[in-house]
Amino acid sequence: MSVVQIKDVTKRFGETTAVEGIDLEIEPGEFVSLIGPSGCGKSTLLRIIGDLIQPTSGTATVNGKPARQARIDRDYGIVFQDAVLYDWRTVSKNIALPLELARWDRRRRVDKVKEMLELVELSGFENHYPWQLSGGMQQRVSIARALSFDPALLLMDEPFGALDEMTRERLNMELLQIWEASSSTVVFVTHSIAEAVFLSTRVVVMSPRPGRISNVISIDLPQPRTATTREEPHFFELVTAVREALHLGHDLERAPV
Amino acid sequence: MRRGVGRVVLFVLVLAVLWGLWEGYRWLWMREAWTWPFVVDETSMPHLHSIFQALWSSARPGGVGPRLITILFHSALFTAKEAAVGFALGAVLGFCLGALLAHFRILARGFLPWVVASQTVPILVVAPMVVVWLNPKLPGRFQDWGAVAVIAAFLTFFPVTINTIRGLHAADRRALELMRSYAAGNWRILWKLRFPAALPYIFAALKVSATASVVGAIIGELPSSIQDGLGGQIINYSQYYTTQPTGLWATNVIAAALGITFFLIILVAEKLVVRRAPENVA
Repeated sequence: MSVVQIKDVTKRFGETTAVEGIDLEIEPGEFVSLIGPSGCGKSTLLRIIGDLIQPTSGTATVNGKPARQARIDRDYGIVFQDAVLYDWRTVSKNIALPLELARWDRRRRVDKVKEMLELVELSGFENHYPWQLSGGMQQRVSIARALSFDPALLLMDEPFGALDEMTRERLNMELLQIWEASSSTVVFVTHSIAEAVFLSTRVVVMSPRPGRISNVISIDLPQPRTATTREEPHFFELVTAVREALHLGHDLERAPV
Repeated sequence: MRRGVGRVVLFVLVLAVLWGLWEGYRWLWMREAWTWPFVVDETSMPHLHSIFQALWSSARPGGVGPRLITILFHSALFTAKEAAVGFALGAVLGFCLGALLAHFRILARGFLPWVVASQTVPILVVAPMVVVWLNPKLPGRFQDWGAVAVIAAFLTFFPVTINTIRGLHAADRRALELMRSYAAGNWRILWKLRFPAALPYIFAALKVSATASVVGAIIGELPSSIQDGLGGQIINYSQYYTTQPTGLWATNVIAAALGITFFLIILVAEKLVVRRAPENVA
């Protein structure tokens, strides 16, 4: 059974069509990146999967349920571009937020938070407040929070877009390790071609106005990915393939009808 | 620690400058015999040191009986009780009203103009009415001062209501989406996100209200002819102003000190309660 199933989804905001006629299926354990220029509706698509907005037409199914039911069952965790940590909560308390909302008892919460802190390598920072951490550390807390209740699906909306290149590459590696350890499915929105190729099992290329899927490229780089993956010739071939697919989307848009 | 020392030095410095301005103005106007905007003499602007001297000497001419500061201190305690109860009442009511209006926008549209209108009515008009209406209904323990507390609450609730509405809508859009992704209900979104996000706004209002509640209590004492508070003392000493101006000035000093104390209590409470990134403090 697919983790995500999107059938003929269209979303309009008033006069503008954000996405149109989207079909996409994501299998368990996949790491799928949505890539495209600004305005191609990749964030809109992610929000439709998360039932944070509803499609104008078509259906979105998560774990075989309507997206709304999946949200109510807390089937997914979400990470935004900003860490969106609550200022008034310590690192531990931020990670424990979804657990509190799911009414876990105190003991279980404490154990789980400890485990998550180890996973994102932030042990020792449990009593810090968010503003006392660097941007990269804040984003790691946000990932720990999204994974704390073991969701089958992780939705990430340009999670590393605001970070510098060095931090970004390190967090890419960490994210892959977490993905392997937790055996979850990831849908990842990004602007960066290299990042999409490095992380994904599949890259979904989107074109703008209206947002459509213009191409889907399988990334057959060997697993697990390592620091040297970025230096392999095949990595560059795939980066080129994604780049050309992106440009093709642009050209199609400009071509006379 | 060094910052603490710096603050004390700054405080003393500002005090010295204000002292110098008062005495300098007084000296210049008296020497030149200027009459604009008012005649400066021992009655209109007594020496600051004689005001403080008056605090430490006996209240009655002749030098027998308790010191003025002791009498005023007891009056201030009485007024503080009225103001504190009024403040608590106003803050709770103000918050509840704000939360209600923030949640039901239709209510806000209908009621907010009336809430604003309530504050445009001068407190001197409202105060006697509250006393006349309320006093006969109050049980013995709350007789008289209870009505004054209600007047103080009347001045307290408004800033709290306005800032509660503003604060409850101040939560970050992404933070709200996050709550939605956790399928959190409205009630839990209110307590776990909207309320904590509103706290800096609410405390900003509480600081305004804390001093306003003291003013409300003093003004409320006037129409209810309560003699035990600072309002009573102000009436009392304003009658003797021409012969003994320092008495009224000393009462002013104590009333100001009470207002500042209220403000500082809220400030300390804010420091203890509100945890916020230094750049995000409203």
